[in-house]
Amino acid sequence: MTRTPRALLVFHISFACFMLAPLVVVALVSMTDKGYVALPFDGASLRWYRAILHAPDFIDAFWRSIGLAATAATIATLVAIPAGIAIAWHRFPGRDVVLGLLLSPLMVPHVVLGISLLRFLTQIGASSTLWGLAVAHTVIVLPYVLRLIIAGATGFDRSLAQAGYSLGASAWTVFLRIELPLILPGVAGGWLIAFINSFDELTMSVFVASATTETLPVKMYNHIAHTIDPLVASISTVLIVMTLILMVILDRFYGLDRILAGKSK
Amino acid sequence: MTPSRNTLPFWLSAPSLLLTMAFVALPLVMTLSLSLYPYDLTTGIGDGMTLTNYRDIVIDEYFHAIFARTFGMAMLVTVICILIGLPEAYVLSRLSSRWRSVSLVIVLGPLLISVVVRTLGWAVLLGNEGILNNALRAIGIIDEPIRLMFTFTGTVVALVHVLVPFMVLAIWASLQKLDPATEHAAESLGANQITILRRIVFPQVIPGVLSGSLIVFALSASAFATPAIIGGRRLKVVPTTIYDEFLGSLNWPLGAALAVTLLVIVLTCSLAMNRFVEWRYRQVFQ
Amino acid sequence: MSFLELRGLGKRYGDIEAVSSCDLTVEKGEFVCLLGPSGCGKTTTLQMIAGFVPPTSGQVFLDGRDITALKPSRRGLGIVFQSYALFPHMTVAENVAFGLEMRRIGRGEREQRVTETLALVHLDAMTDRYPGELSGGQRQRVALARALVIQPQVLLLDEPMGALDAKLREDMQIELRALQRRVAITTIMVTHDQAEAMTLSDRIVLMNRGQVEQVARPYDMYERPNGQFASTFLGKANVFSGRSNGKSVLAGDRWFPVEGNIPEGDVDYIIRPEKIEIVDTAPLLHGKVSARVFLGNHWLFQVDTPLGPMHLTQPNTGMPATGEGDVIGMSWVGAHARVVASGTSR
Repeated sequence: MTRTPRALLVFHISFACFMLAPLVVVALVSMTDKGYVALPFDGASLRWYRAILHAPDFIDAFWRSIGLAATAATIATLVAIPAGIAIAWHRFPGRDVVLGLLLSPLMVPHVVLGISLLRFLTQIGASSTLWGLAVAHTVIVLPYVLRLIIAGATGFDRSLAQAGYSLGASAWTVFLRIELPLILPGVAGGWLIAFINSFDELTMSVFVASATTETLPVKMYNHIAHTIDPLVASISTVLIVMTLILMVILDRFYGLDRILAGKSK
Repeated sequence: MTPSRNTLPFWLSAPSLLLTMAFVALPLVMTLSLSLYPYDLTTGIGDGMTLTNYRDIVIDEYFHAIFARTFGMAMLVTVICILIGLPEAYVLSRLSSRWRSVSLVIVLGPLLISVVVRTLGWAVLLGNEGILNNALRAIGIIDEPIRLMFTFTGTVVALVHVLVPFMVLAIWASLQKLDPATEHAAESLGANQITILRRIVFPQVIPGVLSGSLIVFALSASAFATPAIIGGRRLKVVPTTIYDEFLGSLNWPLGAALAVTLLVIVLTCSLAMNRFVEWRYRQVFQ
Repeated sequence: MSFLELRGLGKRYGDIEAVSSCDLTVEKGEFVCLLGPSGCGKTTTLQMIAGFVPPTSGQVFLDGRDITALKPSRRGLGIVFQSYALFPHMTVAENVAFGLEMRRIGRGEREQRVTETLALVHLDAMTDRYPGELSGGQRQRVALARALVIQPQVLLLDEPMGALDAKLREDMQIELRALQRRVAITTIMVTHDQAEAMTLSDRIVLMNRGQVEQVARPYDMYERPNGQFASTFLGKANVFSGRSNGKSVLAGDRWFPVEGNIPEGDVDYIIRPEKIEIVDTAPLLHGKVSARVFLGNHWLFQVDTPLGPMHLTQPNTGMPATGEGDVIGMSWVGAHARVVASGTSR
């Protein structure tokens, strides 16, 4: 392969700076000792990180988001495993329709899903409940898990299961001892992507969450829409660092490009 | 795959299907019906069925401007994403594997970080007292701060940042399918680097560019957080308008009509694009 | 000077010597195979000739001209890649025309030459198909046509049969051989398949661990392998290590016959399975048949002898009288044995 031209490398570095700039800036302004956002600033301090500890509503929202994301990802994974297996391993009439239906939430703008679920949950008397929010999150992360499980199960050599049957295992044993362990990487990747998507979700939650069920992104959005202060910057920085750790884990085990494109291997 | 005549696959997909039908399909149908209710400022949502809400959207110039802005912005964001995403994906494919994985984390990683956080970064960068303006003033390029917050330009810049990873990802995926030997083959047949890019590499990644464009266009037309924070009140797009109708003026039927219109346009564009790609590339990439 | 000449051509990746100082001359119109197991450096050698891998030492001469530093696009060689590397977004005709376009050949002549070359590979009916719509054998023909249409000085083939199934492979080998003769093009092909190399080539260049082991015509290489590697990579062979006194070879406690001049000292004594006869009287070696395998045109016997397991084959002229468990005597003539100093074999 010939050398990459210098102009392209310069472009690549500029591109990387463009991608990193807003994140770096958020981290920088969070370290001011002033009460307002400005750069450059004179005094550096961690006072806005201590301030997080005295913002119980943000901390509540954080834990609520964690719980919500874990619940939504888990339910979505549990229902996506059988569906993914059915689609990857069985040819049945209407298979394409089922797949299309299950992936369709990916095509619907989240604003539209947001207002639809707001109205729907209001009608069934579940508005401003946490479980309503959890179900809403489950259906929007379901397609992400499903894609990864299907991708993982499709690359799976079916003769492995046949080998299991030939050795005398029952269908259930083959599933538990052979098939499930082999599609587990796809399942785990799917759960993580679902968790992240749910944790980050704003647009739909803005409609569905009420004052008592505010998720962290909603809380932050409402705060930013009102005022931009170093407190949201420090909270954002904490989130960036946490995501960074998760990102390294995902990249190590799956490859960031593959998992984001919906492939498990 | 095993051909199944039994009902097992249906039972296996039933939980997901039920969930999706009950909490996506049904609510969407209810939104469609909501959009057909009349609304009155004093009495609220009325009875009966009417197309008034859609008529308002079709004839009112206020909404024309919002739709034009939304889709113009989506178009512009898509074009910019192609222009910078294409060379970036190409560079990625040529880096050594260590630099590539670092670069992939930098380029794709932001997808995992909340849009609110990323948009906050742009708000800090673009503000009147923001970093960009201060820096430009410090080196004397400008005297007066340029308005970037609450402008079309600022919103486009932030949206490109939020969405360009999808473009890079799509093009990168199709670059990986490309057989590197085709570049060698072209070279051995006498082609120079530019010709190889133009005649061999680029045509093979067009499907990736198209699918990336589809994602970027759809997400950009339905983006809420970025236009809401960077664009603000003055620069309304369809999603922020829907938000205002629902949570501000409480005209739910109009909001629902706007949502249905947005959904229909986005879906139509997506399906048309899919059909086009399938039709155009059926023979080429079987 | 020969048409194509490699002088001390070598490639080193860090501490690994992929190809060490390869010398080779190829005459005009000759068909030469680079044969060897995977990782022997044959593909690297081909890539250095093509110009995709810069050599760390040595030179490549084509028609008396040093082309070592020339870019691949300027060498004018026709290459058929292992994956065929057809341009998936172009039709068959567009693929074949690409090289002519790069040479700025006018439309009229271009179309004529594309048509002629596609006729040569029997693909005249496929001009408007895309590569994705073709079978493996058809793809290979397109790749061949694309390489031939530019009338290259040398045709390079990188495992061109690798993607084809066994039956098709044999047909394509015969066709390729005929085509190469008709066009009279100097050809270098890389393969790991010894049968393919024997079928196709005028000369075989046998490579192992980055070194050229032997360069010879297929018959000569089979009959007179220069070492254990050559004897066992090209066909089957029984190899004993022994000591030579110049007239005969002592292996174990037995003396084995030889003919002609042989080296003295530690040697490898090589005898092909089909040269061994089953005899009742005055055998060179006794052994017990541990397996008898039917292979269609011949029978293969595995015999346990005091010198270790040996193979011998007999043409299939009916059910053999010898079966598994029988003790047999074996004999052969010295002219069929090959003796090489054991230092030369790797």
